[in-house]
Amino acid sequence: MADEREKIVQVRNLKQYFNIGKPNEVKAVDDISFDIYKGETFGLVGESGSGKSTTGRSIIRLYDPTDGQILFNGQDISKIKSHGPQMKEFRREMQMIFQDPYASLNPRMKVKDIIAEGLDVHGLVKGEEEREKRVRELLDMVHLNPEHMTRYPYEFSGGQRQRIGIARALAVEPQFVIADEPISALDVSIQAQVVNLMQDIQKEQGLTYMFIAHDLSMVKYISDRIAVMYHGKIVELADSDEIYNHPLHAYTQSLLSAIPVPDPEIEKTRERIDFDHSQPFSDDQSLQEVLPGHFLYCNAETAASFK
Amino acid sequence: MGVKNNMEQIPNVPKEKFKLIHDENNNEQEKIGTPSLTYLQDVRRRLFSNKVAVVCLTLLSIIVLISLFAPLVAPHNPNAQQVTLSNLPPKLGNLNIPGFNGYQNMGGKMVDAYKQAGASKDTFYLLGTDYLGRDLLSRIIYGTRLSLIVAILATLVDLIIGVPYGIVSGWKGGRTDTIMQRIVEIVSSVPNLIVVILMMIILKPGLGSIVIAIAITGWVTMARLIRAQTFQLKEQEYILAARTLGESSTKIATKHLIPNLSSTIIIQTMFTIPNAIFFEAFLSFIGIGIPAPNASLGTLLSDGQKAFRFLPYQMWAPAIILSIIMIATNLLGDGLRDAFDPQSDD
Repeated sequence: MADEREKIVQVRNLKQYFNIGKPNEVKAVDDISFDIYKGETFGLVGESGSGKSTTGRSIIRLYDPTDGQILFNGQDISKIKSHGPQMKEFRREMQMIFQDPYASLNPRMKVKDIIAEGLDVHGLVKGEEEREKRVRELLDMVHLNPEHMTRYPYEFSGGQRQRIGIARALAVEPQFVIADEPISALDVSIQAQVVNLMQDIQKEQGLTYMFIAHDLSMVKYISDRIAVMYHGKIVELADSDEIYNHPLHAYTQSLLSAIPVPDPEIEKTRERIDFDHSQPFSDDQSLQEVLPGHFLYCNAETAASFK
Repeated sequence: MGVKNNMEQIPNVPKEKFKLIHDENNNEQEKIGTPSLTYLQDVRRRLFSNKVAVVCLTLLSIIVLISLFAPLVAPHNPNAQQVTLSNLPPKLGNLNIPGFNGYQNMGGKMVDAYKQAGASKDTFYLLGTDYLGRDLLSRIIYGTRLSLIVAILATLVDLIIGVPYGIVSGWKGGRTDTIMQRIVEIVSSVPNLIVVILMMIILKPGLGSIVIAIAITGWVTMARLIRAQTFQLKEQEYILAARTLGESSTKIATKHLIPNLSSTIIIQTMFTIPNAIFFEAFLSFIGIGIPAPNASLGTLLSDGQKAFRFLPYQMWAPAIILSIIMIATNLLGDGLRDAFDPQSDD
């Protein structure tokens, strides 16, 4: 069933290494492959340093991938030049929402100019009047008062700033938005607000999201499918219910067992599953589909046992 | 007991008499938007609302204007000597203002120095004359002009070479940065005194060699500071956001980097200006700066210093002008730095 849907992003054997050939070489993303379908929300979870943010940044070409392919609407965008017309086109189609609302807005620019930045770059509006009108629309879309567009970012709270960041990303009418831990810097009460806003906009505009986070309950709430990353590799990928109800990889099981439950009775008996970090991977392992739509990083023997 | 009584005394107010005021108030607050100005208009507004900065700006403008129109403003030719009228104290017309009446302490007695020198009744020098009978006021006006030229050129070099060099080096990073930083190290390892002396082999001593020496070595500190800041800024998420929007590197530099580097740039410039003036003064003082008849604040100070105990006015006047320039640039710089920061607004 899943295969019938249109794939918007296909990542094939993506590798992103830093300081190649030096003693401090880092394999931040090490040979990962996955597809993202049009209109879905794809969750990417993992511990700090597992490479999930790097994956996002490689896909949006803030980094030049070391190896592998990234197909966006069937076109390979992993090798296009950073300043060509192709790149400019691509920059309109894919956008990013950043983690820290205090660092993602230029403190010396007015909200109006921050949001209109993409409009200016791509020449989407003619004249000051149209520009202002569009900024008003965008502010309205993220439930901010359009009167505030002449203010500076420091005059806003974290949640409001994050919504300005969302408005900036949506200004160029992208198809695909990478949200790089968009709520982890926010208050819990504000998190739900921002997530609901993102979902509403997704419904209205038919967007596709890649949602990077480490808050598992939030990822389950927003995502259709979830990939679990560990040490630069995807260890498990499945529908979010499937991942939560039938985790197969030991790391996923350990991760899920760590979620606290707001019920003292359950919490009393909750047992954490430890994951052995000493030998996480062996050479004969790879990501394979062990159940329909359920991918697991394992060796052939384990994969066969599920069939 | 008392509390209980009070409680009983609260009258029963019907519900309809209450009015919700908070909500309207809140909406009113939400509506207040700042006037629709561009960032630069905002900067100007903030600068002009700062009284100290405005005073300094006015003072500096007056000094700059006077030195710009020096030939029109100066009462005498600054290099014309009149040896008979040497070392005359300040005198303002024939008004008998203490300190400006042409009297001088000679051997414990106040004497009219102008009469002694045989000057005519109409001859007077507002700030007195130096040891060759040259008008000190005219010399200060021309000297300020020269010192300001040096300061402005040094600042321009800082801004035109130092800032872009630092931004490119920091932004590109990697090998470009390594090469550019090695060049900076080589340049900064040569003392600028040596550069001046080497320049004098090719050029005549004077403004040219001083300016070239500053141009060669002066921008290094600025470039280093800007590079370090750029390194920090380029990892900021708003720069990444600009990149994902497809903003070109030049645009990122002018729209995002320079506004956020402005405080560093301004503070460093505030160091450059006095440094350049002092560098020129120092060179003139040791005799390889501005050549003999021409005046700069440095040569005036060194001349005045020789006779300071007996003819203190010869050093006071240039020293006061130099101090005013220094203080005014520093305070104006503070004002500018605040003006560029939206958050300093109240």
